[in-house]
Amino acid sequence: MTEKFKIRARAAALASDFEAAGAVRVETPVLLPAEALLDLYGEDIRGRAYVTSDALRGEQMLRPDFTVPVVQMHMAHGAEPARYTYAGEVFRRQEDDPARANEYMQVGYEVFDRENPAASDAEVFAVMQSALKGVELRAATGDIGILAAAVAGLETTERRKRALARHIWRPRKFKALLDRYSGKVDAPASRVVLLASEDPMAHEFPDIGLRSQAEVAERIAGLRDEASAAPISPLQVELIEALLNVRETLPNALEHIRDLAVDMPAITEATYRLRDRMHALEARGVDVESLEFEASYGRTSMEYYDGFVFGFYVPGRADLPPVATGGRYDALTQVLGQGREIPAVGGVIRPGLLVDLEDAE
Amino acid sequence: MTIKLGVPSKGRLMEKTFDWFGSRGVALSRTGSDREYAGAVDGIDGVELVLLSAGEIPRELAAGRIHLGVTGTDLVREKLGQWEQQVQEKAELGFGHADLIIAVPACWVDVDTLEDLDAAAAGFRRTHGFRMRIATKYHRLVREYLQINGVADYQLVDSQGATEGTVKNLTAEGVADITSTGDTLRANHLKILSDALVLKSQATLFKSRKAEMDDAERVVMAALLKTLGLDG
Repeated sequence: MTEKFKIRARAAALASDFEAAGAVRVETPVLLPAEALLDLYGEDIRGRAYVTSDALRGEQMLRPDFTVPVVQMHMAHGAEPARYTYAGEVFRRQEDDPARANEYMQVGYEVFDRENPAASDAEVFAVMQSALKGVELRAATGDIGILAAAVAGLETTERRKRALARHIWRPRKFKALLDRYSGKVDAPASRVVLLASEDPMAHEFPDIGLRSQAEVAERIAGLRDEASAAPISPLQVELIEALLNVRETLPNALEHIRDLAVDMPAITEATYRLRDRMHALEARGVDVESLEFEASYGRTSMEYYDGFVFGFYVPGRADLPPVATGGRYDALTQVLGQGREIPAVGGVIRPGLLVDLEDAE
Repeated sequence: MTIKLGVPSKGRLMEKTFDWFGSRGVALSRTGSDREYAGAVDGIDGVELVLLSAGEIPRELAAGRIHLGVTGTDLVREKLGQWEQQVQEKAELGFGHADLIIAVPACWVDVDTLEDLDAAAAGFRRTHGFRMRIATKYHRLVREYLQINGVADYQLVDSQGATEGTVKNLTAEGVADITSTGDTLRANHLKILSDALVLKSQATLFKSRKAEMDDAERVVMAALLKTLGLDG
């Protein structure tokens, strides 16, 4: 375990690099109100973050990442465009793997800019890559936006599209829904019985709880629509699956996804964004010819990455967490901004891992 | 020095545990007044009875302060991370059966499966502006279970007792709790999801992997396990 002062020094050096790249240094509290994080990330965050409380302020979380406090700070009084950097500890609850650190440093670089998303994506990636240039790492990239566009373009009911979009980040559940909607898997027996009954709402149970009988009736109406809707065609399922399986160098992936877009016109705009990003990366001096692109990358990370996603990994060390990760999170600023939003992209480096790698070289 | 055996300090769980040991030649009993938590072990030397709340037995085993303990599988899995590395299951005792289940109001006629629960949660959040609340004291187990099964848009709220009443009191929309017969759930107008058995639990004798033993204690442990008909 590298000594903390050494990691701190490395973190400070990284933050200076990021300042030199145009970012303003910011600080955030370590204790964050739990409510905002819970509302945003859901119950999963409780499994990942330490929760504490006092009688006055209620539940607080030990900062699990900087994204939320930095976005909140920006939304409250940030000028546009803005670039921020920060360095500090984050805390992650570990209940299953004692080898994983529950407290470590993160140094981040975040860009809030409406002008040119492709350029901002490329900027963050290039700034991260340049900060990591001393060590040999494998970069992985992806784009949640292409998947989201493909789902939005399916020829099926809005209800189904909404359900699929909601579960993009849960690949198993996504697959199960797709199987159901394409008729590969039948509806559960209890639902068939429910819909066959003359009046499902005629029951003798007392009406308890906040969820009203009107809401129950509304969902049953939705289930009726669902039962009578035509299945998603095998071709459409094939296209989605083909898209999910794209995994090649960025230029080849772009070519492949453009071919898919011929039959999936809904992703056309997203392929333009992918192309623009590739050019922007090239302009920043990133070797895109050898850059990996994986359409499914980032699907098991936290929700709210909704466009470009990336990570830097130690080759041959699947046991180590990524040295750096990041992505675009426009949707998060929408949720936190209560009506306001700002396109945002950022990334974080774990200086502790970086120091270990640098020492080993 | 002695081998410490932790046993639930009151109620049916204690009585059934005493019966289970008694029928295997190890007589456990409470001593002193009714209210004093002191106990005796007859039939084998070098074993000390420690009466504890069933909920504290997992922690005591993990800390190595007791060598053996009787408690529910549910409590061990909820309270101990990587439980298999901290304790070892020696015997299922055949009582204290309880299932950790998820239940919702019976009047939710549209909800029978986890898939329904997830869809209802999404609708609930759209309508009410916050995540559907599930009351439980088994946070870890329930969270893991719902995560694996692709349920989103819910939140757990803590309930350490009378959990079945939370729905009627409007502090939760559903519950995740232990039940053996389902009577209390029915009485509170709740129904169990048909495919959501989080865990099947029963009273179990656990051996601590953390408690230290000297040679003499190892001999006592071996003798005790042999008397109980448990090898190793």
